[in-house]
Amino acid sequence: MRFAVLVFPGTWSDWDCVYALEDLGQTAERVWHRETALDDYDGVILPGGFSYGDHLRCGAIARFSPVMSALERFAASGKPVFGSCNGFQILCEAGLLPGVLQRNASMQFRCQPQQLSVERVDSGFTGACEPGQIVQLPISHGEGQYFAPPQVLDELEDAGRVLFRYHGENPNGSLRDIAGIVNPAGNVLGMMPHPERASDALLGGTDGNYIWRSIIEHWG
Amino acid sequence: MTSYPPPGDAPPADVDDEVLAQIALSRDEYERACDMLGRAPTDVELGMIGALWSEHCGYKHSRPLFHHFPTEDERILTNLGEENAGAIDIGDGWVAVMKIESHNHPSAIEPYEGAATGVGGIVRDIFAMGAQPIALLDSLRFGPLEDRRNRRLCTGVVAGIGGYGNCLGIPTVGGELVVGESYSGNPLVNAMCLGIAPHGSLISATAGPPGTQLMIVGADTGRDGLHGATFASVELDEASAERRPAVQVGNPFLEKSLMDACVGLVRDHRDWLEGLQDCGAAGITSSTVEMADRANAGIRIQTRHVPRRESGMTPYEVMLSESQERMIAAVKPAHVADVQAWFEHWDLHAEVIGEVTSDGIARVFDGEVEVAAAPVSVMTSPPSYTPRAERDHDAAARAGWDPGSLPDLDPADANDILLRLLASPNIASKRWVYRQYDHMVGTNTVVTPGSDAAVLRIRGLRQGLALCTDGPGRAVELDPYAGAARAVAEAARNVACTGARPVAVTDCLNFANPERAAIYFQLRESIRGMADACRAFQTPVVSGNASLYNESEDGPVTPTPVIGMLGIIADVAKSVPMAFQDEGDEIWLLGSGPEQSSASLGGSEYLSVIHGREAGPIEVNLDAEAALVNALVAAAEAGLLKSAHDCADGGLAVAICESAFVGNIGAVVDAEITGRLDAALFGEAGARAVVSAGPGADLSNIGIRIGVVSGDRIQLGPIDMALGEASQVWTAALPDLLDG
Repeated sequence: MRFAVLVFPGTWSDWDCVYALEDLGQTAERVWHRETALDDYDGVILPGGFSYGDHLRCGAIARFSPVMSALERFAASGKPVFGSCNGFQILCEAGLLPGVLQRNASMQFRCQPQQLSVERVDSGFTGACEPGQIVQLPISHGEGQYFAPPQVLDELEDAGRVLFRYHGENPNGSLRDIAGIVNPAGNVLGMMPHPERASDALLGGTDGNYIWRSIIEHWG
Repeated sequence: MTSYPPPGDAPPADVDDEVLAQIALSRDEYERACDMLGRAPTDVELGMIGALWSEHCGYKHSRPLFHHFPTEDERILTNLGEENAGAIDIGDGWVAVMKIESHNHPSAIEPYEGAATGVGGIVRDIFAMGAQPIALLDSLRFGPLEDRRNRRLCTGVVAGIGGYGNCLGIPTVGGELVVGESYSGNPLVNAMCLGIAPHGSLISATAGPPGTQLMIVGADTGRDGLHGATFASVELDEASAERRPAVQVGNPFLEKSLMDACVGLVRDHRDWLEGLQDCGAAGITSSTVEMADRANAGIRIQTRHVPRRESGMTPYEVMLSESQERMIAAVKPAHVADVQAWFEHWDLHAEVIGEVTSDGIARVFDGEVEVAAAPVSVMTSPPSYTPRAERDHDAAARAGWDPGSLPDLDPADANDILLRLLASPNIASKRWVYRQYDHMVGTNTVVTPGSDAAVLRIRGLRQGLALCTDGPGRAVELDPYAGAARAVAEAARNVACTGARPVAVTDCLNFANPERAAIYFQLRESIRGMADACRAFQTPVVSGNASLYNESEDGPVTPTPVIGMLGIIADVAKSVPMAFQDEGDEIWLLGSGPEQSSASLGGSEYLSVIHGREAGPIEVNLDAEAALVNALVAAAEAGLLKSAHDCADGGLAVAICESAFVGNIGAVVDAEITGRLDAALFGEAGARAVVSAGPGADLSNIGIRIGVVSGDRIQLGPIDMALGEASQVWTAALPDLLDG
């Protein structure tokens, strides 16, 4: 597959995502936020970072970048869009996913390995996982507390749109331990953890590859 | 062009003491400047000279001692002090660039911004050379954390480091947190950065030939940080809080864009540039004058062309502002527009503010008016001082005290004593700190914080880099020479525990007022001790920083030379963790012991925490230390080691505990513990490491087998306790103190 890895001013997981995908034999290109076309790509990654320094709110300025209209069209086409960390925040701010990410309940930044339960394995993003699987992915954020009104949370859960929950410790106070959700069509995933940081055995884990491999198997 | 000397403002017939105090220039120094100029300086010249002659920029008391340091070997690509950071050839066409720097005074006044801008400054030093920063470390010292004021400083500093570093996408992979009485009110905040670049691609901080255009890029210039270099060169007192305007405010988002733009510019269009320099202490003054000095040239600066964020700024303020996130690029005239367009991509604006001239004079204009015209050579020739040195009698007396005069510990107390040591902030887990730092971004961190040293891989290379900081201030206070040598030895040991051979040092000299004989003695002897140790490990000093005048109303800080050590692992896949791995692995003690003399308790955490004494002899054996490093590296390369951890604070007992805690598996030491129990369990004799190896592996040529990795208890002589209980005390100590 050919992936676009979006780069906003302040994005910093762009290269990490490129390398993780290349290591799996995929093509990945960094795409500057001023681009207006994504038609040539098979998937889009919104990496982590501090786009625009998190000024105003996380992701609140990036959503106005020129590339975002193209991203909306791309998402509507049914092709996979994956946002991690700041990418999740941007997807929420852009309205492609519901809810917001608030300051961690601890009021402190948290960078640590984190266990997640995979809530369903019949999605395009989790097809390579086993039912009931627990994966370990690093988190690294100060504002990852997922918040949405109760009826939205109920809708998400009823529709099976919660793909990942924090297992064991909830590191940021996210409601209902939500770590990652998809849109109704199931082709836009946002999650706080970083699969690209768990894609190399030398760095202590490869559970991130379950997500990449799922995407490649489903959409590739 | 105005002729020299300039007609500018009529120089003051005599200058007020108050004016001199503001720029921390002595009357003698003022007269030296007048003699060198052949006249009285103008206001702007006086401000520029004051900043460049400050201890912070001019190294008046420390530079005369730097000749002690070994600074060269075949790997070292820079001359000490000539560039923003030191460069080391790491093989296969790559170089590492590193430096450590203090931001102590700003952090004392405004912990969050002070620490944040410390990170920003050291990162700019690295990318000013065209290198991509890939790792940060932070060596921190605070007063006792039971004190609310020190807690506020600690939590603020940690948040500031995270707030800035996390936003940049550079992992913070290591460092230290040490608590001591003397740091109350004058915390130490030392930030170290390491970058990498392809060999031959670094750029110098030079101005280039006459006609070269000087461009400023990044933040607009404001009044923040005025006199910051001066502020860093005097003691802290009650009025220091009023110096808050001398503390800068950081914008890490801007720095991230500036870093990406500058690294890319040097990588892709190095031919457009003559040089690149960051605006650090003393702002545009030091950056442009030092660039001119390196090029044996003059400069002409037009202050009206400097983009400003405040109106009504005087040329003096523009030249001395320490607004953050600014760089000076020396650009070939034909490529000014190219450089502007390059930075526009990141929404950054580059403006021409001056040019390089041939007359050797630093000229500053405010429109048509020449407000400064002083030879570059005058500005870059601060006086140097070699004050009287005398060993502090109290410290000498304490160093002469024999820990053997204390009764040995009662075996029945061993468990409790161990738990008290594990709860000491100097020994307790630092997870509370490093989980607030992104230590994984960049996906190169092979060994994460909490180990002896961090290990980084470099994509495409077989070799890896190991990094750590060490600064055992208590030992340096008791015996500056031996203590500072121990600092280097501990750092070398720490990188060697990962399997890396130590190759180079960057140092941050944190001392009090060197004009006092006892302090100057500490400084001089520390430098001698470090230098001899660096020779023993063949680790030249490639860069560094001196932070003097670290004093508060409570007195001077403990002398704290902090060593940043770089090591190279031949094969990063063979890097050795600190954690015990598997049931049945055998534990070996490398170096001497377990029996130790009472002298090994000198300056130990045991004496401090359990007996309230900071006393005793400081011993260091550099031959033994170098042999241990060789043994660790050879064993790691042979694939024999499953874990390695040095014996330092808290001695053998704490070393065993830490490897067990991190590995979440117990340890049974069956070797007989003879001699004094306190020394065997908690003595801090150097040149020792606790390693584990698979059953049957024979390390008897380098150590002795003392036990086995097994179960869920820690058993060592009279110590016998559940792993979980001890680990919990060690893990919870800092959160309990700091999250209260």
